[in-house]
This record gives sequence, structure tokens and C-alpha cells, in this order.
Amino acid sequence: MANIISDETIEYVGILAKLELSGEEKEQAKKDMGRMLDYIDKLNELDTTGVEPMSHVFQIQNVFREDVVTNGDDSENMLKNAPQEKDRMFVVPPTRD
Amino acid sequence: MEILAWSAVELAAKIKQKEVTVKEAVEAVFSRIEKKEKDLNCYVTLDQEGALKRAEEVQKKIEDGTLTGKLAGVPVAVKDNMCTEGMRTTCSSKILSDFIPTFSSEAVLNLEKAGAVIIGKTNMDEFAMGSTTETSAYGETKNPWNEAHVPGGSSGGSAAAVAAGECFFALGSDTGGSIRQPASFCGVVGMKPTYGTVSRYGLIAYGSSLDQIGPLTKNVTDCAAVMEMIASHDTKDSTSIKREDTDFTSVLTEDVKGLKIGIPRDYFGEGLDIEVKESVLAAAKALREKGALVEEFDLSLVEYAIPAYYTIASAEASSNLERFDGVKYGYRTKQYEGLHNMYKKTRSEGFGAEVKRRIMLGSFVLSSGYYDAYYLKALRTKALIKKAFDEAFTKYDMILGPVAPTTAPELGKSLSDPLKMYLGDIYTISVNLAGLPGISIPCGTDQKGLPIGLQLIGDCFSEKKLFQAAYAYEKIRGEFVLPANRKGGE
Repeated sequence: MANIISDETIEYVGILAKLELSGEEKEQAKKDMGRMLDYIDKLNELDTTGVEPMSHVFQIQNVFREDVVTNGDDSENMLKNAPQEKDRMFVVPPTRD
Repeated sequence: MEILAWSAVELAAKIKQKEVTVKEAVEAVFSRIEKKEKDLNCYVTLDQEGALKRAEEVQKKIEDGTLTGKLAGVPVAVKDNMCTEGMRTTCSSKILSDFIPTFSSEAVLNLEKAGAVIIGKTNMDEFAMGSTTETSAYGETKNPWNEAHVPGGSSGGSAAAVAAGECFFALGSDTGGSIRQPASFCGVVGMKPTYGTVSRYGLIAYGSSLDQIGPLTKNVTDCAAVMEMIASHDTKDSTSIKREDTDFTSVLTEDVKGLKIGIPRDYFGEGLDIEVKESVLAAAKALREKGALVEEFDLSLVEYAIPAYYTIASAEASSNLERFDGVKYGYRTKQYEGLHNMYKKTRSEGFGAEVKRRIMLGSFVLSSGYYDAYYLKALRTKALIKKAFDEAFTKYDMILGPVAPTTAPELGKSLSDPLKMYLGDIYTISVNLAGLPGISIPCGTDQKGLPIGLQLIGDCFSEKKLFQAAYAYEKIRGEFVLPANRKGGE
């Protein structure tokens, strides 16, 4: 089964992935994704009826701990990594019109 | 005095016996770096000044008896996806080109506690996505055995640095073979521990359910010593496991009598290079002659591991890499209109082609309408693969096979066909899916003089058995001379 990836699909996945691809990149992405999905379709040869999806290899339960602060205030150093900061805050573009 | 020819454990012993100082060891490493780094490009960031300062502190603590560990004073390199406080951490990506972490990863803290001296951050495939270290935004690393070849990946800088004597040992991370495969290509020892053995806190995530940190070393003894140091239970990593059996160096004996070793027939079929095959089977024969019980069996499902892996790893990557959005750290695009355009442009300019390819695939397999057919199908396949291993380990103490189907490919030959490159992970990838430990040990060289790696795979928590067999094999094999140990390092 050959997977043909449409322009709409690539647009949609680009939105989900928060990536802006150039025209050339889109064409390449269509080819790459189609080819990978053809390959992944090999999994359909396996009968997995009744098999539980395994997200973790060990039977571990959720790990809880008390919600206690153990680290100090390091905001000054953290803000040094900010692309843009002002008055000890991260600066971002307007989030609404 | 050939300092660089010593293993990490030997160096620490000689420091303790006052035959050499920590400073001399650090200087020896940096003089090698000065000579070789221009050609090899093992490192993204080096910190000579910091390392020399740290060397003095460590020396004092060794002399006053505060530091007594097996690796106190030894210069170490850390893969550039582990956070190091105050030292740039890039993941070999443009998007983190100026990121200075405010904290260190737990594995790095454990190294520091034991008195190791961090000299720099090693090159890797961008965000650990690749098998050749060619997807790095900071140039490719070259294989010290032959500079026309890749060192493997994604921990290629770590493997090459150890082989070339640009450090005494290194940390890497392994999501689908990223420690074992470059170890194999560079002729060093590399271990991917049981999932949960080494804390992932501060390791920049790629595929969280598969990622594990582990050592790349000159020999098996060093590997066990480093594992003792970095294995720890950490409440900051909710998948961290409390283990009592981490005295890994206690099992380094040559006794393999009665050890049951299974060789999967499915690992020796089509696609396996004949020289690799013969070398790995010769290693199995050598273990049999020492009293191990070696037999062939059918593991099954081997060809389903790669499609399951790329579905799961890409899905997790697409989620994990959402955080790189140009707001709190890292690169931000120069020109943008509004928030969403800023996100998109930042990410599109900051990520390389392979990273974008996996984020796109991951976003697709997690999208509504495809989630069941792709993502859940892969997780179901993972359960079947785990079961196949469980069955094998009812019969065998460990599984023996190659690390990779070939020796290191030439530079520039892999990236044009990603699917073909992914197929090179066939023997390593299922180990991550099943959370198992695996070790890579050099077992020979091919006609081109490139190293071949032997892989031993154990059941969960059976690192000790792996170390025992690996150590015994290493003794049978005899010395394996690394480029680092050749006279003058040439």
C-alpha cells in the first residue's frame, strides 16, 4: 500500500508541528513521510488483537511526592537565557489582536 | 610516561599513588585535543580553564582523603545533550546555540561527586536524531580510525573522543543504539543500561520512554566503574528505579562456565556484512571454548522493531521538542508577525532537516484519526517484542549478536537515504523498546582496519552478567589497541 500524502495533510501536520516549511521542503516532506508510512505499514502484518499497548516496560505506578519546594529562586540566571526580557519577565509578541 | 595510554581506572590508581597529578592528566588530554581536534571535531564546547581549576580542587580532596573513588581525578567528556551548570549545552542544534543551563543533570552531578573532571561537551547528531553525527549543526565528527569515515551516532563525539585519547571516558545517551553503535564504530566499550538505572534528570529528552544515559570507555573495567558511579535512584526522574545491585565491578572475573548464551538466527541473515558476521561468531566460539553454553535460536519479530521504534520515538520527540519555541531560552527568529509566526519561524530556522522530519512524522502519527492505526499499533508491537525477549530469557542468560550490520560508513554516504540509515539500527533498537541492558565490546577489525563490535543483551537488571561475560571475552580477545594508545597518538 503506497501512502500518498496530500498538500492538505502536510499543511495540517505543519500546524501541529509548529513548523513553516518552504515549498521545496514541503515536497520533500511529502515524499519522506509517505515512504516512512509505507515502511511503518509493515506493522499491519502483525495480529495485535487483544494486545494492550505498552507505554512503559515496567509495571510501575504513578510516582507521588509531597509538593515541597527544594530549590531556590534562580530566576535571574534563568532570565539570562531569555531571547528577550524586561523587568524580570520574558518578553513575547502580542498573543491577541 | 604515556598517560593517555592508561585506562580511566588505571589513571585514578596512579593519581592515588602520586605517580601523576590530576593537573598532569588534564594537561595531557588537552595537548592531545590541541593536536587532533582540528581534524576530528569531537567537541562542541571545551573548558580548559575550568578543568584546570577543578583539577586543583580534586587533587586536594584526593590528598586529604575526601575523594577515594575508582575514578577520582579522571578527565571526562559529556555528550552535549546533558545539562551542565554554567557550561553551554547545545544538543548540537542551532536552536540551543547559546543555552547555558542553570543546573546539572543528575548523571553529571554523580560524576562530579566522584571527583571526575569535566573537560567539555561532545558533538552528537542534532537532538540525538541520527546514526552518524553528521546531523550536528556544528560540523561532523570524524572517526579516529579513519577520518574518511563517520564515528557513528548519535554519541559519535563521545566515542571518537575516547578512541582518540581526547578524554579518558565519556557519557553518552542511547535511545535506539546511540551509545552502542558509535562504540562499535570507534572500537570502544559502550553500555546502555536497563531503563531507569541512570537518572534522566537534566538529559534533554528525545524519546523519553527509550532514552538512557550510559558510559563509553576504553575497556570493560572502566565501563563497570563508571556505571557504579552514575547508577542512582533519583526522585526527580519518576521513571528512576531503586537498585541495590550496582556494585558492578565486583563481578569482573574470567569465569563464564555454564553461562547460557543464545544467538538469534534472525540477527545473522540478509544485510549483515560477512566480515562482521565472522568476527562476531568467532567471539561466540571463544566464549564457548571457555565453558559457556552457546546455541542458536529464533528470537522472532526482529523486522518489526524499526518501524515500531520510529513511530514511538518520533511521536515522543514531536511532543518533547514542543518546548523549543523561542520564549524562555535558545534561538528566536529575528523577524516575525505575532506569536504563532514567531514560534513557527523560530523552530523552522532553529531545527535541522532530520529533526524536522521526525517532528513531522511524530505529529502525524499522534494526530486524531491516525493515533490508533500508527501510535497504538506501535505500542502493541512493543509489547510483543518485549514478550519475545522475555521468552528468550527464560532459556538464556544473555543474547549475543552484532551491534551493527556493517562497520563505519564513509562520511557523506548516509543522510541522502534516511530509511536506509534507519535500517542500520536493526540490532540495537529492540533493546530500547524492551528496556533491556546491552553492551558493545570491540571484537576485531575489518579489512579496511575499521573496528567491529560485539553486542551482549541481557534481561532487565542483569548488567552484572553482561559485565562478567564482557570482561571474560575481553581477556580472551587480548589487547585492542585504540588510536589513543598508538605511540604519539598518530
